[in-house]
Amino acid sequence: MLRLKRTPLPRHAYLCRLGVLLLLLVGASALHAQEGFKTETSSGVSNIRIAVADFKPASADPQTSAFKHTFDSTLYADLANAGIFDIVSKSLLPQATPGAPAEIRIQQWADAPTSAAMVVFGNFGVQANRITCNGFLFDAKNLQYPQVLAKQYNEDATDDSARQIAHRFADEIIFRLSGGSQGIAESKIFYVKLTGADKEIWQMDYDGANQHPLTHLGTVSLSPRISPDNSRLAFSSLGRDGFQIRMFSLVLNRMVNFSAAGGTNLSPAWSPNGKDLAYSSSRSGDPEIWISDTSGGSSRRVTSFRGPDVSPVFNPRSGSQIAWISGRTNLPQLYVMDTDGSNVQRMTDGGYATSPSWSPNGQFLTFAWDRKYGPGAPGGQDIYVMEIATKRWIQLTHDGGRCDFPSWSPDGRHIVYANSPDGRATHMKIMTMLADGTQKHELTGAGADMPNWSWK
Amino acid sequence: MNAMQTGIRKTLVIAATLISIGAVTGCHKKASGIDPNALGPAPAPPAAAPTATITADPLSIDLGQSVILNWRTQNASTVTIDGIGDVNTNGTQTVAPSTSTNFHLTAKGDGGTTEANVRVTVRVPVAPTAPPPADNDMGSEAAFHENVQDVFFDYDSYDLRPDATTASSKAAAYLTAHPAIRVVIGGYCDDRGSAEYNLALGENRANAARTALVNAGVPASRLRVISYGKEKQFCTEENESCWQQNRRAQFSLDK
Repeated sequence: MLRLKRTPLPRHAYLCRLGVLLLLLVGASALHAQEGFKTETSSGVSNIRIAVADFKPASADPQTSAFKHTFDSTLYADLANAGIFDIVSKSLLPQATPGAPAEIRIQQWADAPTSAAMVVFGNFGVQANRITCNGFLFDAKNLQYPQVLAKQYNEDATDDSARQIAHRFADEIIFRLSGGSQGIAESKIFYVKLTGADKEIWQMDYDGANQHPLTHLGTVSLSPRISPDNSRLAFSSLGRDGFQIRMFSLVLNRMVNFSAAGGTNLSPAWSPNGKDLAYSSSRSGDPEIWISDTSGGSSRRVTSFRGPDVSPVFNPRSGSQIAWISGRTNLPQLYVMDTDGSNVQRMTDGGYATSPSWSPNGQFLTFAWDRKYGPGAPGGQDIYVMEIATKRWIQLTHDGGRCDFPSWSPDGRHIVYANSPDGRATHMKIMTMLADGTQKHELTGAGADMPNWSWK
Repeated sequence: MNAMQTGIRKTLVIAATLISIGAVTGCHKKASGIDPNALGPAPAPPAAAPTATITADPLSIDLGQSVILNWRTQNASTVTIDGIGDVNTNGTQTVAPSTSTNFHLTAKGDGGTTEANVRVTVRVPVAPTAPPPADNDMGSEAAFHENVQDVFFDYDSYDLRPDATTASSKAAAYLTAHPAIRVVIGGYCDDRGSAEYNLALGENRANAARTALVNAGVPASRLRVISYGKEKQFCTEENESCWQQNRRAQFSLDK
């Protein structure tokens, strides 16, 4: 997930920031989870101290103020969410609001109390129903050539446009300051929304904004999984003959064909090349993992053990392995195998494990696990991350109620998941956190479940 | 026609002669008995008794459809069929009876009289008020649920308990007695654990119940399985008695 060879900025300033990210994930695996260790983003290395100025209004249009407010707060949140910045409190910023490179006195921002290493500023205006926005990223430690980034945006004047511009600019900043890791501010999250007795598939931005329905099927739909290219959404839906895999085209904005099969068919998963779909099917009696093409043809069975086999997920890095949940030894456990069914390896040593998601770099699995599951057992279902090579794990959620359906962000640094504080299914809401378990916050209210983060 | 009648008469005369000779000579089994072939000109054989067959195709029809009668006789001079009247000695006729009918054929000839029968069954649709025939009987909803009872499972298990096995025999007997009934078997789980895993588990539970019925003689084609996992709950409290209610295979009439 970290491409170290790409460091477009002066090395002396940013190498340490790479260390932060390395610690965040490599550190997570290197330390013994079983000894109760919990990773920290701040262990020994500081985040990049960045000052984010409110943009300067560039027009007198009455819409400017509202849209600019959306833009400013979205940009601020995106950078705060990224997990690699230490954002300077707005009360410590210089009084003047610079709108252009000629207007900024960078030394002011480098000095105490601001003490910023990086400064984000720009101008934002609305003219003739178009938003015009110029954004700049300056290196406060490089007084001679401070400009790192300058971007210009021109979009329709809507609240959503203001938000999307902020996401795109934030991703540019994160890409440059994270050593080449793609930002996630433009990514989407697909999820299940409880609507009365039904469950429909909804979509939202990665920060919880712009929540809206995709399906209107009037039944129970589960397990949305977005294709790697964001063009199609596979899920499972209850019809007259039980649950079947269904396919929704985000390009055509309607359902498209996926051949029905006998039995219960559920929990689809895309291969990273977007050509195959793995899912659980009981067409031959026992629920097993099957792989077919993306319209349901050319299907072949991968597993063959008595007991439920569900929730497959491809290794997004190689495409040659599948992690999934199997009940072949009674309580469901996490397993990994090659896509041809060979090299089956059990990953968890007990309890009740469900809902795996594979990290984008292929090294980690996150999943929900109740390690003390049983009749009368007080165990809680929490989110865990396991390093596949060593099977060592860390626990990311604690005492927050039932957690399920973790899903990695495209940059591998965040995990979105569902949480119900009192364990009730109707109280499930969607939360996000950094992959070390810090910075948890809600994205939705109650009645949202099974989040799936887009691949890009 | 005259020639034929003459022939018949001649035959009768010869037959009478033979009978009288037989009476005179007695019925002694003698190799030296009179050889008819030795009696001058060859006599005609005695008048044979008529034969008659009648068939209908098809043998059963719905009201308003027709049937082809086909009859063949030999040695008959007059042939009649009840309800139709005199007919040719061999022939076919299309009829459309409104009720089930016995077609009675009488063939008379010089050798006697022969009868033949064929019965054509006419299926008359029953009036709506009439009780339905037994093989459409779905039974009552209440009787179904009394005899085909839901089965319950231990947590994270899809093995049938001993009491469920007994219940399956009773259910199978009822279903065998009501061959028109088709059944949906729903698989359910309590709301703990993962939604996806529970859908697979529910499938296994419903399949276990289905297998028990199939083993007890219920045709698999009459049984349909749907897993609802934990998506539909019978009871929503968080305690063991409620969870138990939700861990079940439910039988419903597949209407």
